[in-house]
Amino acid sequence: MTHLTDLTAKTAIDAITSGDLDAAELFDAYRSAAAAEDLNAYTWVADQTPDLGAAAAAPLRGVPLAVKDLFCTAGVPSQAGSRILEGYRPPHTATVVERLAAAGTSLLGKTNQDEFAMGSSNENSAYGPVKNPWDRSRVPGGSSGGSAAAVAAGLAPWALGTDTGGSIRQPAALCGIVGLKPTYGTVSRYGMIAFASSLDQAGPFARDVTDVALLYSHMHGRDPRDATSVGHPEATVLPTAERMDGLRLGVPEDLTGEGVEPGVMAAFEAALQTARDLGASVERVALPHADYGLSAYYVIAPAEASSNLARFDGVRYGRRSGADDLVSMYTKTRHDYFGDEVKRRILIGTYALSSGFYDAYYAGAQKVRTLIARDFTAAFAGVDLIVTPTSPGVAFPLGAKTDDPLAMYLNDYFTVPISLAGLPAISLPCGLSEGLPVGLQLAGPAFSENRILDAAYAWERALAFDSTPSRIGAAR
Amino acid sequence: MIDRTQVLHVARLARLQLTDDEVGRMSTELSNILGHIEKLSALDLTDVEPTTHVVAVGSALRPDVVRESLPREVAFEQAPDIADDGFRVPSPQA
Amino acid sequence: MSVEYETVIGLEIHVQLKTNTKMFCSCALTFGEPPNTRTCPVCLGLPGALPVANAEAIHLGLMIGMALGCELAPRSKFDRKQYFYPDLPKGYQISQFDEPLCAGGGIGGVRIHRVHLEEDAAKLVHAGTSGRIHGSAASVVDFNRGGTPLAEIVTEPDISSAEQAGEFLRLLRTTLRVLGVSDVNMEEGSLRCDANISIRPVGQAELGVKTELKNMNSFRYIEKGIRAEVARQEALLRAGEPVTQETLHFDPRTEQLTSMRSKEEAHDYRYFPEPDLTPVLITPDMLERAHAALPELPAARQERFERDLSLHPDTAKLLAWRTELGDWFEAALAASPAGYDAAAAGPLANWTTNELITRLGTDVDPATSNVAPAALAQLVALVAAKTVTANAGKQVLDVLVAEGGDPAAIIEAQGLGAVGGEDTLAPVVQAALEANPAIAERLRGGDMKPMGVIIGHVMRETKGRADGGEVTKLVRAELGL
Ligand SMILES: [Mg+2]
Ligand SMILES: [Zn+2]
Repeated sequence: MTHLTDLTAKTAIDAITSGDLDAAELFDAYRSAAAAEDLNAYTWVADQTPDLGAAAAAPLRGVPLAVKDLFCTAGVPSQAGSRILEGYRPPHTATVVERLAAAGTSLLGKTNQDEFAMGSSNENSAYGPVKNPWDRSRVPGGSSGGSAAAVAAGLAPWALGTDTGGSIRQPAALCGIVGLKPTYGTVSRYGMIAFASSLDQAGPFARDVTDVALLYSHMHGRDPRDATSVGHPEATVLPTAERMDGLRLGVPEDLTGEGVEPGVMAAFEAALQTARDLGASVERVALPHADYGLSAYYVIAPAEASSNLARFDGVRYGRRSGADDLVSMYTKTRHDYFGDEVKRRILIGTYALSSGFYDAYYAGAQKVRTLIARDFTAAFAGVDLIVTPTSPGVAFPLGAKTDDPLAMYLNDYFTVPISLAGLPAISLPCGLSEGLPVGLQLAGPAFSENRILDAAYAWERALAFDSTPSRIGAAR
Repeated sequence: MIDRTQVLHVARLARLQLTDDEVGRMSTELSNILGHIEKLSALDLTDVEPTTHVVAVGSALRPDVVRESLPREVAFEQAPDIADDGFRVPSPQA
Repeated sequence: MSVEYETVIGLEIHVQLKTNTKMFCSCALTFGEPPNTRTCPVCLGLPGALPVANAEAIHLGLMIGMALGCELAPRSKFDRKQYFYPDLPKGYQISQFDEPLCAGGGIGGVRIHRVHLEEDAAKLVHAGTSGRIHGSAASVVDFNRGGTPLAEIVTEPDISSAEQAGEFLRLLRTTLRVLGVSDVNMEEGSLRCDANISIRPVGQAELGVKTELKNMNSFRYIEKGIRAEVARQEALLRAGEPVTQETLHFDPRTEQLTSMRSKEEAHDYRYFPEPDLTPVLITPDMLERAHAALPELPAARQERFERDLSLHPDTAKLLAWRTELGDWFEAALAASPAGYDAAAAGPLANWTTNELITRLGTDVDPATSNVAPAALAQLVALVAAKTVTANAGKQVLDVLVAEGGDPAAIIEAQGLGAVGGEDTLAPVVQAALEANPAIAERLRGGDMKPMGVIIGHVMRETKGRADGGEVTKLVRAELGL
């Protein structure tokens, strides 16, 4: 007899539809699991099962949803992993959360994250680090680490995350689940507490590609409240491909294995062989400017963040430190309630935008972005999808990189160029290295989500990755 | 390279108080990060247009139609200090 | 030997646009509502809230650009201007930096540098001492005004005196009012002006060090403030001291200039393109709509008055620039017996700009007076037809201003009709000649100079209702000349 929490969302929905499963029962099972969890994946869990009458009649049938903390949810804590928003309950709800509620999901809880999504290990949360369900002494990745860990550990069937430079794909990889970063703009950013506006993109986590496709199909759509949002030119269809015949996969030329853990490289190469077996061709593609991605990213993201975080000034909401004069109130509040990484990025970003440095840094980085986007356009003239390992390494021990920001940033080496170009990419597990999951990243041209999902689905079936250990580990 | 003076200047612009200790630490860490970013200067970017929006979107304008504002008590609910029907702050003149 | 200085002034004018909603959110724009009752996640700068630009504000901005003869950008983007202040909820103002909506153009001989759109700050009120923080001064923020759409109009430094600045601002205000894009009320803050002022020795090419005079809220204060600042700069230079670049506040009560530099260090606004907003692409459709919405502007109206109605340039300018006066005049012209006709326009314009304004006072809108446009039109027609003399007509106008009414009825009731025709006037003329035999003799001898004495006599006898020309004719007939 399987646990209810072992069901994928799609199978649960089918069971609820056929009358074999009660939506409230499913919600209860997840709520109990989430309330009892010890991974620190959640910062808030629903304290009761809501009336699921209406939701159970909608397409997603009341299936519970875990939501990264930085999505505003009216009346529910929305703290973005920061002390400065401790106890903050907004009056508004993020568009994507509203859309998913309308589609029938019910809010199970808010998940832990790196403060303001700044981090690759979830160790930058003011509410404590999240543990990786595969090995509790290790990080789950970040910044959407809580969502990834919750889904991997069976504490949620699926979850919302956000990806600015890899914050969905990297934790998905480190937790052995599937995570999609959609084309920039296809999911509304309204109500998402901003990190870097030109890069932030919401996306789904689930245990398999089908669930990711299903959740995403109800997330996208033009939102009049987000001027940068775009309608997806086509509906998302649930993937069915069993083979990859004729699919041209491109591997970046400079991906030689240098800087990549051998176990990760081995799993990646084995996956490429599987793709060939399924009928795909694998060739090398040139992305001459991808190597500059991290540099550009670590200008653009902090610059925008330094501006986006200026609103946390202790005036209208959030925490405030007492002071007799205005400037001290500002500087003390922001000193006392922002964490180190946030301060670091605010300083870097302020520096990059300040008089005399703008052209060299911010404008320069935006130009590099153009070059990187051109690289991808050229590459996609020759191949259908580009594949890389999602992360150069598997989940690392808690504390291993906290003293070296630069080493931490290198985790995003493969994910960042795709973010800069605004392209869609998925991470799916492709095997184990040292007993820990290895993620495979598949990226495509803008709006190619269906193509990516189809390829990922075929690959997933052939790779037959078993994610059960993480849930058993969690139950222990 | 970003020295202590520059760290302090930028911190002032960003309204961030830093302890003496933090100034020193940030100076080192930020210098390392900036060193990495310096890589950008190797590229010739003369004729390259900057990308501000990755996906081309036309003007996304809003019709000039009024929607309900927040009830005042909701606007005030999360505020640290409310007085005289407004958000109270230490005076900028103080 | 004494150096002569010349003044160089550029103005920055912030105009609140008359839209229904704020610049980037759907909160209503209203005035005098209780504090903080017109806010939403966007204009409170709540986490996760995003701005979306108001299409109507862009439309009004384009109308302003067209009215000022600017070049309209095919693409215009928004930028963030960053600084911390409690009236600025996001820690930045969404403004336009290097791609403003409009650039170039000019009005009233002053070139326009640019016109851009931005959001207004909220209102910060000093609240005395705070109870919570013992003894320290506190302020209170009201976000109702925060996010109001503004058009910032920046001139080139083409203005050389306080008077010229005042005249330019009046013309600009009239233009904006006629456009209907703003209430342009300085007292209520819907029109605000900063002035950049420098002086230099006449003949010197490079500009002197400029100071910025901030937030003056009436035309009178602007002129006074500029005069005071020019005098201060000149005194400095004459004393051999340099002018320092700073921001000044002019207190109209004390007429003192105070520096606002205070402890705020030099600004570094760290402008960068607003990533939450996509650039606005100005389509031919938008331009067409803005063009179609343009009413006739003062300069064009003056030109039309001169061209079509043959009005004197001074009269045409007065009527065109004082919109309400021009509107009243055109209503009167349309109501005149001959209809909207150039022949009637000259005398009617003169009666309006001279007699009527003198009686009402310069600042009174004639529409609020007792004089109906049709009444003045009728009176002017009666004068032209000599049914009433000009002198008596002025008496009729006195009555109209005092209590309104119909000119013909007033003439009738007060017996102000012209005394004319041989039967009635000839005996009066005869009597006048008889009463002044010496004058009559001189006239008979061909010396026409004392004719006025006879006319005066007749006027006295008829209480001004006789026509001077007719009297002369009758005198000649009587004397056989
Ligand atoms: Mg301005
Ligand atoms: Zn609002």
